Amino acid sequence: MPSRNEDKLTFTKRVNIFCGHYGSGKSEISVNAAVLIGQTHQDVLMADMDIVNPFFRSIDARNALEALGIKVAAPLFANTNVDVPALVPEVSTALRSKERHVILDVGGDEDGARVLGRYHLDIPQDDYDMFFVFNRARPLTRELNETLNYIREIEAASRQKVTRLINNTHYLSETTVNDVLYGLELAKEISRETGIPLAATCVMEGLEGELASRLDHPVFVLKKNILLPF
Amino acid sequence: MGQKLLMKGNEVIAEAAVRAGCRHYFGYPITPQTEIAHYMAKRMPEVGGVFLQAESEVSAINMVYGAASTGKRVMTSSSSPGISLKQEGISYASGAELPAVIVNIMRGGPGLGGIQPSQSDYFQATKGGGHGDYHMVVLAPASVQELYELTVEAFNIADRYRILTMILGDGVLGQMMEVVNFRDEEKIESSDKSWAACGHENKREHNTITSIHIDPAVLEQWNLRYQKKYQAIIENEQRYELYNCEDADIILVAYGSVARICKGVIKEAQAQGIKLGLLRPITLWPFPVEGFEKVVNIPKAFLTVEMSAGQMVEDVKLASNGRKPVYFTGRMGGMIPTVDNVLSKVKEILGR
Repeated sequence: MPSRNEDKLTFTKRVNIFCGHYGSGKSEISVNAAVLIGQTHQDVLMADMDIVNPFFRSIDARNALEALGIKVAAPLFANTNVDVPALVPEVSTALRSKERHVILDVGGDEDGARVLGRYHLDIPQDDYDMFFVFNRARPLTRELNETLNYIREIEAASRQKVTRLINNTHYLSETTVNDVLYGLELAKEISRETGIPLAATCVMEGLEGELASRLDHPVFVLKKNILLPF
Repeated sequence: MGQKLLMKGNEVIAEAAVRAGCRHYFGYPITPQTEIAHYMAKRMPEVGGVFLQAESEVSAINMVYGAASTGKRVMTSSSSPGISLKQEGISYASGAELPAVIVNIMRGGPGLGGIQPSQSDYFQATKGGGHGDYHMVVLAPASVQELYELTVEAFNIADRYRILTMILGDGVLGQMMEVVNFRDEEKIESSDKSWAACGHENKREHNTITSIHIDPAVLEQWNLRYQKKYQAIIENEQRYELYNCEDADIILVAYGSVARICKGVIKEAQAQGIKLGLLRPITLWPFPVEGFEKVVNIPKAFLTVEMSAGQMVEDVKLASNGRKPVYFTGRMGGMIPTVDNVLSKVKEILGR
């Protein structure tokens, strides 16, 4: 278990899974995690596992990731004109390999997490982390009990346990340090209630300086990769 | 005080409807608007409302007809192919003068088309996709905050005139996330519902909700009554935004998410020394002719930008009525116009 006082978020497991309420920032965090893991590992696969969301997804960052030597997998028809959530066999192979580092960007809610259940036997039980990402500015993860419900529903649907928390509380460009700290209060409550350690608090580039001195755990500085058309 | 949240466009439509007093939602899932139904399924039980996933869009619109007949606030939502299926019900409800809100988060067509964003249902929404001389009020939000404001307003307009009101958005608006500031309480306009079929308790004559009138002379009288109502709406409800129009060489005309792209075009053009403005229709029906009257003398030309083959451009031509040339540029099939697409058309028009 990583220490809570370290400065940088470290990924200690070969398989890193990101789940949570949809719209919490899983895709953006997955892309940033892939970039970070790609800096120290040769063989990295980021898989867009979202079978719920039709657009604004991690595959949007395919070119940026491939330029860094990171492989990208996505449902066969992602970002096309059909809604056919067909997953690719490459994900299973990668999860079973002993060398390849895998990042799984899972679709929102228990509906999106259900897809993980199919990989239950492929995911190395001693070598994975499943991050529960939440944004307290989202309507259904504002208070402790409703957020715990989300964790339980996702764990049940995915047949995996959440091992680490990520506080990704933000209001896009309107985010203040106080908003992030408001999210942190909930993170601490969840952690106290469940024993799941807080891995990091995310902020977009620019806010980290103000925040780092006020936190006793890593700040994960995100670069925006999934963009609106305007 | 209010409440500030980060939400997806589709979620906000659903939440706004609940806040506007809508307690009846009937729908059938279709991308890219399914989050509306998803949110309603979770939210309606919390407020004692009804969420019902019908067996088809045809059923859903007829359930809307039934609920609206009782005077209750009711909504349905779908995306392009599903809205096509609803057209018969829309025509019937218009004939019966029922107030309700219909949401269309448009995707590429024709036919099954695709799930990516589009604006190619403009004709269907504004010119009557169903049969008969009817109109719906059609509102075109351009941000998540405006989805909130206009969904609430859609219910007020629907009740005020006993008319169907459509929220016409596209996949980008439905799927994108933005900050939304909710008020503590909505101003729900009270309106006369003495027409509703909600039980007469032997205290009044029974009310009839119907669109059939056997005597043609009577049907004509009903039609004259509808037209009088539409005229009042044309006079009272035109809405639009004028942006940067004061000394524009070309005024762009765009609605919804394309208007957002056009604001990016204006900024980029400014950097290149080209003066552009934007007329953004917020009501597509009634079309904001008043907005054109305010600015028609300013530009050399109008340039309509749409995610379609050019539909609203016809209304822009009618509104400018030969006084200025009207050009068009757009993308189709789920492709989104880029700033460069629009800017190169601007340069072509200006001969640069």
